[in-house]
Amino acid sequence: MSADLLNNNYVYWMDAKNGKNSDIVISSRVRLARNLNKLPFPHLLSPEKGDQFIKTFKEAWRQSSNQDLQKMTLLTFNQLSNLDRQILMEKHLISPDHAKNSTAYSGVLVNDEGSLAIMINEEDHLRIQCFLPGLQLSESLARAQQIDDALEEQLSLAFDERRGYLTACPTNTGTGMRASVMIHLPAFVISGQLNYLFQNISQLGMTVRGLYGEGTEVIGNLFQISNQITLGQTEEDIRGKLASITEQIVEQERMMRRKLEADMKYQLEDKVGRAYGILTNARVITSNEAMNLLSDVRLGVDLGIIKDISTFALNELIVAIRPAHLQRKAGTEMEAFERDIKRAGVIKEKLIKQMQD
Amino acid sequence: MYCEECKQRPAAVHFTQILNGQKKETHLCEKCAAQKGAVMFNLEGQLGIPNLLGSFFGSHYNMQGMNANTAQAVCPNCGMKFIDIRQTGKLGCADCYNAFDQDLEPILRRIHGNNQHIGKIPAREGESVLLKKKIEELKNQLHQAVVSEEYEKAAEIRDAIKELEKQNE
Repeated sequence: MSADLLNNNYVYWMDAKNGKNSDIVISSRVRLARNLNKLPFPHLLSPEKGDQFIKTFKEAWRQSSNQDLQKMTLLTFNQLSNLDRQILMEKHLISPDHAKNSTAYSGVLVNDEGSLAIMINEEDHLRIQCFLPGLQLSESLARAQQIDDALEEQLSLAFDERRGYLTACPTNTGTGMRASVMIHLPAFVISGQLNYLFQNISQLGMTVRGLYGEGTEVIGNLFQISNQITLGQTEEDIRGKLASITEQIVEQERMMRRKLEADMKYQLEDKVGRAYGILTNARVITSNEAMNLLSDVRLGVDLGIIKDISTFALNELIVAIRPAHLQRKAGTEMEAFERDIKRAGVIKEKLIKQMQD
Repeated sequence: MYCEECKQRPAAVHFTQILNGQKKETHLCEKCAAQKGAVMFNLEGQLGIPNLLGSFFGSHYNMQGMNANTAQAVCPNCGMKFIDIRQTGKLGCADCYNAFDQDLEPILRRIHGNNQHIGKIPAREGESVLLKKKIEELKNQLHQAVVSEEYEKAAEIRDAIKELEKQNE
C-alpha cells in the first residue's frame, strides 16, 4: 500500500542498483502536463467544478485496463495531513507548491513503490510523472507515455494541431514534457567549473536548479538539470538531448574526480574522513551541514576511500533527514533544534549500521 | 558570537520567538537573516514565479502600448481577459489559446523560439490531425510511384487516399 510511502523512507528512485551511472546520476524523471478540454485550469477551478473533475477522473481511472494505472492509489489532499504532503514532497513525488493544497479535488495518484505519480490539479489538471533511479530517461518517458495513452482513451484532453498539448502556463505548451535528472557534482564544485557548466547548459535550452525544482536552493552539490523548451521539439528530441548532455557531464565529472585523486590525494582523503567523522559523532546537525558532509562521504564511497556504505543508503539519507521524515519517525512535531538532534541520530545510526552489515 | 546559520560571519540580528510557551533566541548575520526573513515573515509569494512569468507577456507598466481591444478581449469559455493573463502568467482554460491566438504567438516564440508543435499527437483528440498526416504521407508516396512509373502501385495509393479523405470529412 502507498501508506508505506507516507511512513517509510523508501521510494523507488533510491534503489541505485537498478540504475545506470547511479553513482553520479541519482534519479531521472519525465513529467507530462495534460489538461481537459473546456474545464478551467486549476487556478480558476471552483470547488463544484473541481469535484466534478475528480469524479470524471476517477471514472476514467476505473475504466482503464492499463496495469500500471490499476495498481495505483488515489490520495486526495483533504485526506492527508500537512505532514503527509510534506513527506510526499520530500520524496519528490509532488512539488512544493502542490504540497500547499488541501482540497478534495487536489491530490496524487501514486503506485506503491513511488515510481509513478500523477499530480492532480497542481498547475495543470494532470501531471503524469515517472521517477527511476540513475540515468533512465528512455524508460521514464516510455512509462509516462503509456499512462498518458491509457488516460487519453478515457478523457478528452486539450490538444491543438499547431500548439500541441495546451497547458496553464505557456512555458509548458507543446509536448507538456519536462525531463530532468538529479545529479551529484562535487568535483565540478571543488574545481570551480560550475559557472562554465551553467552557461553551457542554458545555451543548449536546458536549465539547472536546486534539489526541489523551481526556485529552490542548491545543497549538498546536488543539481537538477531539465529541458526548458517544450514547443517545436519532439519528446524524443528532448529526451535525447538531455540524456547526451547528462552523459557528457558525468564523463567530465569523472575526469575531474580522477584529476583530484591524482593532484590532491591527501586533501581529498582528509575531507572525506573528516566528513565521516563528524557525521558519525555529531549530536546536533542542521540539514545544510548534513547535506554537505553527506556529499563528501558520497564522493568518498564513489572513489573507494570509504567502503561498506551503499549508494542506496546515501540516497535514503537525502530524504530521511528532511524535516517531515524526521518528524514522522519521531512520531511528534519537532522544532528546528529538536530536529537537528534527531537528524544527527538518524545519520549516525544509518552509517554505523552500514559499516557493521 | 557567530551566526547560527553559516557559523562564519558575526551575528548581527538577534530575535526572540515564543513557541509553545518556550522562549527561543536566534542569532544570525545580516546575510542569513535576509534569507531566513523571507521564510519567517512569509514574503516568498511576492517575489514568486507568477510575476516573473508575467514578464514573458511584457511588463504590465507597458499596457498603454497594447491594443485596447486586445487588453479587454475575453475568452468565451472561461471569461479570462488577456490583461489578467499578462499579470498572472497563466491562461484560464484550453480555449484561451484560441481566443488569444495572435497575442500568444510572439509569447510562445519568445519562450520556445518556436510556435509549431511537432511532438506527440494523441490518438483520439488528434484523430483528424493523424489522418491528415497520413494522407500527406500517401500523397508523397503517390508522387514517388508516378515518377518511377509504377502505375499499378500508384492506383492503389490513390484509392487509399480517397478512402482516408472520405473518413476525414
